Amino acid sequence: MILVFRTIIPIFLIACGIAALQVKDLFACVIILAAYSFLICLLWAELGAIDVAFTEAAVGAGVSTVILIAALLHTTRRSRD
Amino acid sequence: MRFFNLLIVGLVGSLLLWGTMDFPRWADPNAPASRHVSPYYLEHAIDDMEVPNVVSAILADYRGYDTMYETVVIFCAGISILLLLRVGETAYMKKRSLKIRLVRRNPILIIACRILFPAIVLFALYVIAHGHHSPGGGFQGGVILGAGFILIALAYNMHIAIVIFYPRLHRFIAALGVTIYSLVGLICLLLGGNFLDYSALSKILPVSPAEARSLGILAVEIGVGFTVMAIMFSIYADLSTRGRLRRGL
Repeated sequence: MILVFRTIIPIFLIACGIAALQVKDLFACVIILAAYSFLICLLWAELGAIDVAFTEAAVGAGVSTVILIAALLHTTRRSRD
Repeated sequence: MRFFNLLIVGLVGSLLLWGTMDFPRWADPNAPASRHVSPYYLEHAIDDMEVPNVVSAILADYRGYDTMYETVVIFCAGISILLLLRVGETAYMKKRSLKIRLVRRNPILIIACRILFPAIVLFALYVIAHGHHSPGGGFQGGVILGAGFILIALAYNMHIAIVIFYPRLHRFIAALGVTIYSLVGLICLLLGGNFLDYSALSKILPVSPAEARSLGILAVEIGVGFTVMAIMFSIYADLSTRGRLRRGL
């Protein structure tokens, strides 16, 4: 179990970070960032920082995703670079 | 240009990773952080304030000033966004008597929202009230409460969410939270203790000083929850409707 948390989650985190940079669709980017937050939340929980994990799940994966999507609706959906 | 950006990101990232080499190992008992104040907190938290969750005890009591000004920072951020973005707050939104017009939206969304909203609110209240004994507290509970209102705005529409949680109300609640926090501190001051030294509250409450500190933590966490809830909803409402508070997401 520790092996899963210590090795596989960081690999997923790096993959999420690179994917969020590479993807053209900004909506997909926001969802990838939510997944990133959730993985970070699992990592905090494994380290014993349950309060921080809770905040990360509520703010990072929850409200900030919604706020980013709300901001996204007022701009273009596809990234230009 | 794209390659250049990637290079900078990679460089800064590897610098940060290289910097973490100097960190003490995880849970190292000889690390500076776990040598000076942490043992004191861990040993005395239960005796001082009868709060099993030491994180809550540190956040709301030992480091009460920090949390108070964090709440003020959240309040200021919300007020700034409100001042910058909000343009469409017309007179009709101030009236509570506005009739709720049910629009035809996806019925699955509506039913799911009706089932989820009470559960979310109940869970948020539990998180705030049970913050001493389990992970959680005012900030997390407030965010979850705010997310409940955002869910209404998403599943129905912004109009209904604004009727329920109208602008004057959410501004008032945001200010009320900060006021509760600072008022608790001020009452402690008036009762002869230091600012935010909740043990002074035992002079007016029929409890021991340790229990008074526990109750003080509960009171300030309720304050934090109020502010965070109102500000989260206000930021969402302004961002999703460009400040017009109409026809949002």
